[in-house]
Amino acid sequence: MSEHRDGNALAGPLAEIFTVEATTAQVRCRACGLSTMLAQLVVYGPEPGLVARCPGCTEHVIRVATTPAGTWLDLGGATSFHFTSTATRAISP
Amino acid sequence: MTASRVETATAHTLSLRVDEWNGHLPGQHIDVRLTAPDGYQAVRSYSLAAPALDGVIEITVQRLPGGEVSGFLTDTAMVGDQFEIRGPLGNWFVWDQDDPSPVLLVAGGSGVVPLMSMIRARDRADIQTPLHLIHSVRTPQDRIYGDELTRLAARAGGPSVTWLYTRTAPPTETRPPGRLRRDDLDDGSTWTSGATPICFVCGPTGFVEEAANHLLASGHPADRIRTERFGGR
Repeated sequence: MSEHRDGNALAGPLAEIFTVEATTAQVRCRACGLSTMLAQLVVYGPEPGLVARCPGCTEHVIRVATTPAGTWLDLGGATSFHFTSTATRAISP
Repeated sequence: MTASRVETATAHTLSLRVDEWNGHLPGQHIDVRLTAPDGYQAVRSYSLAAPALDGVIEITVQRLPGGEVSGFLTDTAMVGDQFEIRGPLGNWFVWDQDDPSPVLLVAGGSGVVPLMSMIRARDRADIQTPLHLIHSVRTPQDRIYGDELTRLAARAGGPSVTWLYTRTAPPTETRPPGRLRRDDLDDGSTWTSGATPICFVCGPTGFVEEAANHLLASGHPADRIRTERFGGR
């Protein structure tokens, strides 16, 4: 995969960690303050891990990497996650 | 895997029987995880192509050059094989069947897969919401679901379907082959209600960026455009 994807690709990895659907959360970038739907982050990967960057300033917001020993989740590039009422809807109907 | 069906020279639809599948929303995807005998694992996302039927789900996989997972699923996997899957996934790129807004679907190549899930859901639920699919393909042979879409479009209350050809067009086509242009998406003929359409755009990243920019330039509000990029060219 030569080009980036988007935050929709994080749905699976984050479903292993969060109890609510995460891709409809609003995420605020620590570097520039832009608030973005998680599904619209710019995502590189899948190997060695998924790196989600801010569509405004391109700084990394979220990193997820699965190794044989477990999963790393780095949220250091985000200041907040806003899980709206639509985000907390059940994942399946 | 209960069946494999050839869609085009490079795309296959796989039917998967899943224990305790509780249904999914049109537009959602699954992750497929393959594990090699040496323990090496690879995970890839595939859009669900249709509503579930009796616990069987469908994904359509486009073989990518050098794609280790897509190549296995299209060329090597056989009926009876078992895969690990995770899903249904994603609540952003989904169509709400109760939303009466007209629907504009824009697909590049195999980006048509999650949009077909929306079209089939609309058809099975007999929903009359106006829906227009614009599908950009290289040649007529690359029309995934081409026969089914032609059949559905011919039906009263069916979706309207437009194919755009980037390399080779059929002889009857008046539009010269070429990449997506803004006026390709400027089709207001479907929208008789005057309501603002909800737009879903899916395809290779470059295509999605171009299409979304055309839609914005044509006056579609940003919060009515949902996008899913699967990388590649």
